[in-house]
Order: sequence, then C-alpha cells, then structure tokens
Amino acid sequence: MPQKLGYLKETASQTAGPYVHIGLAPGAAGFEIYDQELGWDIAGPHAKGERIRVEGVVIDGIGSPIKDVLLEAWQANAAGIYPHPDRAGEIEEGFRGWGRVITDFDSGEWGFDTVKPGPVMGRNGQMMAPHINLWIVARGINLGLNTRLYFSDEAEANAQDPILNGIEWERRRDTLIAARAERDGQAVYRFDIRLQGEAETVFFDI
Amino acid sequence: MPGYPELYQRDRERHPPALTRGYKTSVARSPQNALISLENTASELTGPRFGHNDIDPIDSDLLANFVQPGESPIGERILLHGRVLDENARPVPNTLVEIWQANAGGRYRHKKDTYLAPIDPNFGGCGRTLTDADGAYVFRTVKPGAYPWRNWVNNWRPAHIHISVFGWAFAQRLITQCYFEGDPLIAKCPIVNTIPDPDAIDQLVAALDLNATIPLDTIAYKFDIVLRGARSTLFENRLEGN
Repeated sequence: MPQKLGYLKETASQTAGPYVHIGLAPGAAGFEIYDQELGWDIAGPHAKGERIRVEGVVIDGIGSPIKDVLLEAWQANAAGIYPHPDRAGEIEEGFRGWGRVITDFDSGEWGFDTVKPGPVMGRNGQMMAPHINLWIVARGINLGLNTRLYFSDEAEANAQDPILNGIEWERRRDTLIAARAERDGQAVYRFDIRLQGEAETVFFDI
Repeated sequence: MPGYPELYQRDRERHPPALTRGYKTSVARSPQNALISLENTASELTGPRFGHNDIDPIDSDLLANFVQPGESPIGERILLHGRVLDENARPVPNTLVEIWQANAGGRYRHKKDTYLAPIDPNFGGCGRTLTDADGAYVFRTVKPGAYPWRNWVNNWRPAHIHISVFGWAFAQRLITQCYFEGDPLIAKCPIVNTIPDPDAIDQLVAALDLNATIPLDTIAYKFDIVLRGARSTLFENRLEGN
C-alpha cells in the first residue's frame, strides 16, 4: 500500500429541487423574509459600458420551457475585469458581477439587466471574446450546468475566442451566441438554452 | 493562469451523472452530449464575494427569522453546524452558505407545494450566513420532516436541508443536500441514489453531535462541506482560502 494522499473529496452535488426559490429567491416563492435578496443587481448604477438586457428560456428534451429553473450569471465589467480583492481599484462601486434570476412560473421566461462585459484575458495571452458565465440548477439537474453566453455582434472576437474554437463541432458553437435585437432603444440579447436533443446547448466541465 | 490559483479537476465519478433514470425528471433534463472540458481562466477562477452588509445576523436563525412575536416554530430544535473546507482541508472563510428546507411536517412554504401537511405560521424555512475565519458556520432551525413526491408512486424524501455554497471561484459553486444520521429513507431515495459512490453518499449525512448540543434546549448535527481545492504551484499568488 502506498502512502495515503490525504486530500479530502469534494462534497457530492444534489439537485436544487423544485423549491429552490424558497432558499435563493424567497420573494418569488411567495414570502418576504430577507430585507435584501441577493443577485438582482449585477452591475450597479455606476458601471461603465453599454446597458443591455439578456433573456431567454430553458428548454427540456421534450421541447418544453422549464418553469422552475434558477440561473446565476458571473461576468467581468466593461473593461474585462472580474471583481476580485486584488483588482478592487478597477471595479466600479456597486459592480458585483454576479446575478441570480429564476424563470417565470407560467412562461418559463427569464431575464436580467446588466452591462455588456469587455473581453477578458485568457490563457497563454489569448484574449477571450466578451461573454457571461451562466450556471443553471433545477429539479432534475443533478449537478449545476455551466455554459457561456457570447454576443452575436462580436463576430470578429468570437471567431478568435479560444474557448469557442476549442469546441470541435463548429455547428455547436452557435448554441452559445446570444442574438442581439433592439427594443425601445435598448439592446436585448436572446439566449435560449436547450438542455437536450436538437441544437443542444454546449455545457462545460470547468 | 497567472494571478489565480487553478482548481483541481472535479471528480465527476463522485458526483451524480446527469442522466439517472430512477430520478425521472433527469431523463428530459440531462444533456446527451459530453461536457466540453475547459482549462481554467479568470472566468472560472474568480467569483462573487459577500460581506456582512449583505445579510442580517438573524438570517441564520430559522427559529426566529419568520416568527410571530412571542411564538416559535413547532418541531425538533436543532443546530446545524460545520465547516466549509477545500480538498486540501484548508478552511474557506467568509463564504456565503444558504439553506432551505421544509417544516417539521415536510411542508414547504412555497406556493407550488400542495402537500396536505400544514404550513407552520412561525416557520419560513430559509437561512443564510457567512463562514467565519475558520470556515465555520452554524444555523438554528427545526429538523425537517420527510415528505412524499411524485416520482414512483410511493417515493418519500428523507429529511433533508438544501445547502448552497459559493467558495471563492465560480467553478466551486455547489448545491447539495444534507441528510440526517440514521434516517432509513436515505437508502431508499432515488435522488440520493443518483450518487454512484457509497462513500460520497455517506459524506452527505450529518452526524449527531452531542458535544455541540445546548443541554435542555437544542440538539446538534455536524455537517462539513468540501469544495474543490486549488493547486499550490502558484502559491505566491494565492487567494484567500488557498
């Protein structure tokens, strides 16, 4: 017997279940308990950059929108900097970079308001195209699913993005591109997530 | 990745796979394609931070955070405490831990829960706290009851508390469920049994901790949570928690 390595093992995941709202969005579950729910304001009032809205649905393998999903977003600011204690001086006051939304109980639609992130330095000096990291949990999802949202109006940067280019099947890359539209003078990006089947969204092991 | 310690690869043999037919909802909600593996970048190695101005001290006390004046929830009064550690057994300080649960009768305060067990007017069922400098956390609550759910006709969830933890990197983000020592429903549960590794299931079972009880007041269970650990090769740039 060799020596034991002595590492602990990561706690196993379990589904967030159907009542995830109680813990993480109690107002939506139907009761007000916290003075301040977390995750509703990603960018804050002082963030530089273009104000955008992101919306979509999460679709199951039958083609139906899922109505009990919770999504979390994590993004850099418009300068491509993630909030971190070491980079505090480069982050606008009130910019948390993190958000949490749930799907509508009737329609399955979700959406959040933020600023468009800037490109972020990746590995080996390669720039990553602007993107928002998304994490999806719900009943029936045993371990949270990670994906990335890229922007349709960043075609040039997307073409150079090392993560997108790491996806062997070029046709699957399109599942990560949110489509830009204008509504009442504001940029709205549509990002539908397909968990399974035709045009299944790319999910990452990060 | 310069500037941030990289994480150990997640051991997906220890986690439940996406498709677990005994848990029916997973059948239509599991991707069919293999996950694409990414080498860590700043996108995965950073994550949100929370401070004491984000939450109230009472948020960790489920016996008090939703009660009528002078009243108390019905049920077994428990402390749920433990530490958040990484795979290197280092504490993860100042990280957000959020919990939610049913009441003592197995009923959730959620408009979608129609189980006939009654709502407790003095119990909300959610709490949150930040770990201290040692990675320790503690909640005060009632022990939740088992409840039926529509999977197979006669499936019952073991008593459990849902737990959400952040860590310092978005790639450490984790939601799990804490079960209670000795519960005979654990071995029967299709959701528990999505986990293929018996040792990984044992790790989700909180131990009765008589040393932490408050005599004549509140019983205690201990539940430690382990998040992904970081490589130490870049220790000169280490983040808190590494």
